[in-house]
Amino acid sequence: MSPLYIARSKSVAARMVGGEMMIMSARDSTLFDLNDTASAIWRAADGATPLHEIVKRVLCAEFDVAPEAALQDTEEFVKELAGHGILLVSEEPISREAK
Amino acid sequence: MGEVALEPIETTIEIGDMPILIRTDSPEFFHVLVHRYGGFVNAAAKPLFEFNVEIVPPGKITDEEEVRLSFAEGRWVLERSDFHAEWSAALGSGTIRQAASPYAIDSAMRILHSLLLARQGGLLVHAASAVRNGRAFLFAGVSGAGKTTMVRLAPPDVTLLTDEISYLRKTANGYTAFGTPFAGELARAGANVSAPLAALYLLAKGGENMVEPVSETDAVRGVLESVLFFAKDPELVGKVFESACELVRQVPVQRLTFVPDAQVWEMIG
Repeated sequence: MSPLYIARSKSVAARMVGGEMMIMSARDSTLFDLNDTASAIWRAADGATPLHEIVKRVLCAEFDVAPEAALQDTEEFVKELAGHGILLVSEEPISREAK
Repeated sequence: MGEVALEPIETTIEIGDMPILIRTDSPEFFHVLVHRYGGFVNAAAKPLFEFNVEIVPPGKITDEEEVRLSFAEGRWVLERSDFHAEWSAALGSGTIRQAASPYAIDSAMRILHSLLLARQGGLLVHAASAVRNGRAFLFAGVSGAGKTTMVRLAPPDVTLLTDEISYLRKTANGYTAFGTPFAGELARAGANVSAPLAALYLLAKGGENMVEPVSETDAVRGVLESVLFFAKDPELVGKVFESACELVRQVPVQRLTFVPDAQVWEMIG
């Protein structure tokens, strides 16, 4: 299976509020507040690092979770954010211009 | 006998320190304007924006049942079945085609103000607001949350700013709330006054009168749920989001549960 790459969309507004990352989609004005693990994924979404690497490096290392279960949960989360235009998801690295 | 050309009639309506000139050929519509915006007419103000209003016979003007706002090539286009408005923010001017009713111009004014304010760090909020002891208080909530009820319960020393759409402008020291003519169930325009915003309450009806703290994220969420904003432009959406966060940072936001009875006002001001 091809690795997935994720990048933060430019069409969002994001800010730390009360210790949580809040993100608003410009596409549909949906508002998300991300917990610590989701915030870590958001921050690591650089378009160049494969998702499984992010999960291994960020989630498994920082939050002590099993890689397979974490990857499955993360893919679901990433797809949900992608559905609101908050993250871009691709099977190829995502260039800075595309974000 | 040839047609008599009517001289355009114009006046300036100033809401939230934002004077907007309205020009029309229709004396009938001019009377509608003056009646609708009476306390907010300021013919002496230097307008920041101008609208030419073309009055057409009542009827369907566009196919859009809901308000539809779009932006292309420097022009905003705003449509609903009863009006079509276009304007250039850069030129500070635009046109509206509508019948001689107050509803279409009211919608256009609300949306224009929401867009202009967004660029300046201000917000239009679906909220009642009022001034007591020189300080303004906002009561935000969806339809049925109790905005008009709060206003109806207000004691005589309270000045109504609006029972429907509150106007917040960022200042050097916080936020100022302005009166607006945008009325809800009360069908009465607010007073054309302003005051520094002291608190924002997220309204809820309940079994007793009570003020409770809310988390910062719930406050931002509550404010954003009440903000009047239609554009999908990423830059403007970002500004509205930042403004909501800034408002929560600078102004106390609490949940106000009320019965309702007039005693709720003992907790305000």
